[in-house]
Amino acid sequence: MTKNIESLSEATVLFAGDSGDGMQLAGTQFTLATAYAMNDLATLPDFPAEIRAPAGTTYGISGFQLRFGSTDIRTPGDEVDLLVAMNPAALKVNLSRVRIGGTILVNGNAFDKRSLDLAGLESNPLEDGSLDRYRLISVELTRLTRETLVDSGLKQKDIDRSKNMFALGMSLWMYSRPLDPALDWISNKFAKNEQIRDANLKLLRKGFHFGETTEQFAVRYEISPAKMQPGTYRAIQGIHALAMGLVAAGERSGLTIFYASYPITPASDLLHALSRYKNYGVMTMQTEDEIAAIGAAIGAGFGGNIGITGTSGPGLALKTEAAGLALITELPVVIVNVMRGGPSTGLPTKTEQSDLLQAMFGRSGDSPLPVLAASTPGDCFETAYEACRIAVNYMTPVILLVDGYLANGSEPWMIPDVDSLKPFDVRFAEAADDEETFLPYSRDDKTLARRWAKPGTPGLEHRIGGLEKENETGNISYEGDNHELMTHLRAEKVERVLAEIPPLDVFGDKSGDVLVIGWGSTRGAIEAAVAQARSAGNKVGSVHLRFLNPLTSEIAEIAGRFKQLLVPELNNGQLVRILRDRFLLPFVPFNKIQGRPFRASEIVGAIEEMIV
Amino acid sequence: MADKDKRSTGGKLPPGVKTKLKAPMATLPPGAKSGGDGAPSGLTRSDFVSDQDVRWCPGCGDYAVLATVQRLMPELGIPREKIVFISGIGCSSRFPYYMNAYGMHSIHGRAPTIATGLKATRPDLDIWVVTGDGDSLSIGGNHIIHLMRRNVNLQVLLFNNQIYGLTKGQYSPTSEVGKITKSTPFGSIDHPFNPTALVLGAEASFVGRTMDRDPKHMKEMFRMAHDHAGTGFVEIYQNCNIFNDAAFFVYTEKATKKERTIFIEHGKPLVYAGETKGLRLEGFHLESVDLDTGSWSVADCVVYDETSIELASIMARVFWHEELPQPFGVFYRERRETYEEQLQQQIESVIDRDGKGTLEDLLHAGDTWTIA
Ligand code: SF4
Repeated sequence: MTKNIESLSEATVLFAGDSGDGMQLAGTQFTLATAYAMNDLATLPDFPAEIRAPAGTTYGISGFQLRFGSTDIRTPGDEVDLLVAMNPAALKVNLSRVRIGGTILVNGNAFDKRSLDLAGLESNPLEDGSLDRYRLISVELTRLTRETLVDSGLKQKDIDRSKNMFALGMSLWMYSRPLDPALDWISNKFAKNEQIRDANLKLLRKGFHFGETTEQFAVRYEISPAKMQPGTYRAIQGIHALAMGLVAAGERSGLTIFYASYPITPASDLLHALSRYKNYGVMTMQTEDEIAAIGAAIGAGFGGNIGITGTSGPGLALKTEAAGLALITELPVVIVNVMRGGPSTGLPTKTEQSDLLQAMFGRSGDSPLPVLAASTPGDCFETAYEACRIAVNYMTPVILLVDGYLANGSEPWMIPDVDSLKPFDVRFAEAADDEETFLPYSRDDKTLARRWAKPGTPGLEHRIGGLEKENETGNISYEGDNHELMTHLRAEKVERVLAEIPPLDVFGDKSGDVLVIGWGSTRGAIEAAVAQARSAGNKVGSVHLRFLNPLTSEIAEIAGRFKQLLVPELNNGQLVRILRDRFLLPFVPFNKIQGRPFRASEIVGAIEEMIV
Repeated sequence: MADKDKRSTGGKLPPGVKTKLKAPMATLPPGAKSGGDGAPSGLTRSDFVSDQDVRWCPGCGDYAVLATVQRLMPELGIPREKIVFISGIGCSSRFPYYMNAYGMHSIHGRAPTIATGLKATRPDLDIWVVTGDGDSLSIGGNHIIHLMRRNVNLQVLLFNNQIYGLTKGQYSPTSEVGKITKSTPFGSIDHPFNPTALVLGAEASFVGRTMDRDPKHMKEMFRMAHDHAGTGFVEIYQNCNIFNDAAFFVYTEKATKKERTIFIEHGKPLVYAGETKGLRLEGFHLESVDLDTGSWSVADCVVYDETSIELASIMARVFWHEELPQPFGVFYRERRETYEEQLQQQIESVIDRDGKGTLEDLLHAGDTWTIA
């Protein structure tokens, strides 16, 4: 049949189902196809807390949201245009996110009495009129999948688990996405198991053709390629960009990257990614606990390498004491914290920005260290690289903050030119003839970095440790004046990192009513909000901070050009405290603490409220 | 399946570990002259004495250990710059400051972790972990056991004085039940650890015990631990004359040492008390027998085999025994691939398989598209 073809500038799709339904896979493949279609995009995977909650329950629902378009896409979308719901629970959990008039595609076979009971639904939403304001498409996914694979030789259980491929095929058809990327992926992934491979290929094609032939789909959408800067692109997930940034740091510095980590959600993916990079000169180690991981990283740093450890909130708390050791021994160590909802175990699978104060102040004594935060999935690459470069050039531990949303989210990423990355300044100390005794705590005039003498260097045998050091010699010293001096030197060294901070880029208006100041993963939502507020006639700008410590005083200059200052954060107000303390200006907090990123509209609301 | 494999090899090898190594035992870092008895480095004890004043209490057993290590170093033939001492916190953990070598005095209990990261990335270094009973068996208990199973090629000197000295006298995880200390005015109720049995249980590949009052034996133990390719663990009975004086005197002092200790050696019968007594096996139990009454002879005594995990397990369990002598010497030794060897081999085999990757390859891996 002939279909109406409608052109859109953007769309938001959400796949939702049981955690065993393969929704993350469907979402990832849809993303890949979208990248092929050269749309700009942003994703939001949403994992349930339970690995395999009882099937059909609301707390086992896994989701993957994706927004794509021919325009600049900065967030995964405030409202969903197409919800693919594999069961009643998935529908119930996500219905509020669907735009009125949006499309809901459900597996009609999954709405039996038992499933409705499991989802806690008293009546069947497919029949009770509760979906009247949406375009409902009920497809008998289970039956169609079974029919398609009747001769496949697969077990019923395996057949039923493959229905995500049918759903993916339909969705790809609906938005005119290419089928090839997913076909190729399946062929590679199941190259060794022909039966599974063929079944999945067949289902995917069948789903696609079903879209073409069924009368249930009256419209097909088209979205033209986005206008992006010239360059070579790939779709990148934040955690992979981060891993590559670390590899790049190893390559550019000529130092070995040693990554030690203890499994923790959502930081484990970084260990997984790096442990595959053995042939890129990366060493990885899974340790017995969080403390061992940073200990091993410190040992690697002492040995003349870049020691890196990664964790999430509560793990950072465990590393606290050792971070202090790295700080006082002044060794290059990078601590990656993929933040999640806290405190304590908190919300392991949900995103939050609530470890900023922990990163800044969570150590004993006066113990400043550089703190950096990445702002988009692609930005994780450069920020990770920069964290390593500062750790080495300034001989200091550095904390790199990302969060679950950035780590798991994807976007099209222009592959950077490796040669354009800033150089490392690796200078290992060598014994000098005119030197009577080696002074491990003598410093570079510019950076205040102490000298890095790695074991194995003849004539530079020395001892370092956690006790306070005498300036220059590094010998133990309990002397009061010396301790004050060393405390100031360590603080001053971190301040010297200011030299690495490029001028802040003001997005939107350079002066006006409201300046929005953000850090980390909120960049997309903030800039989308600023753009919206401006198109409504408001004078609004924003700045986004990569360096949380040291803080550039440029913030105060820019703030002076605006009437009001708004600080949106996914926490109960952390950067806002630091800014107020530092600049004594009336920064206004705007907080969301629901384990989910901001919607642009929420920030627009906050901006408008300030202006009225 | 894994368990079965393990039993079939006498519990010495984890499944999947090759029993034959390509290279001869690499006890020395590449480039170092072969150590031990043959080729001294040309350095002397004083070359290993740092410029720092030693600040232990006068009479502390730590002095003897330090002197022994400083005497041993030149004999090992390792260039001084390749030697690293890493400690945690406690009296003994001041040790690195007194050695003229590379060193790190780290944080409580964590020395094994730092040493592991260092050795993993720098297999050329000769690393010594210096720790105490509180440091490695209490706060650092998790790290010491994992160090043992990983078998990182380094030495661990555990100074056991059965007390917390630096914090001025609380009972430690090796203190005996009933011990009166500042924190246990009515006596400790904690059952103590048996450090040798503990590390054997943690898959240690070299387990030895020695005492501060016997420098000759200490030196030999340290040398053997050093020459062992893998984690060489040596427990040292060390007297804290301030907070726990005489804790080991029954074993270390002349009056009782002969009768109450046995020095075990591979391939030699278990005899002690000037060969007037010996140990024989009665089932799984050791029994002390008189060798000068004519009922038993040396031939009845167990010939010690340090490669037997079963014998080592029995021997390690002879612990403050009323009737049996306390054992000193090497309890157990097995050659098993080290952590850093395996780490390196894995990297090499991936490079062999996939080729050395470049950053450009990595960045452009997967699907890319170009916008002109
Ligand atoms: S307190 Fe005990 S262990 Fe510590 S230095 Fe003094 S005697 Fe030695």
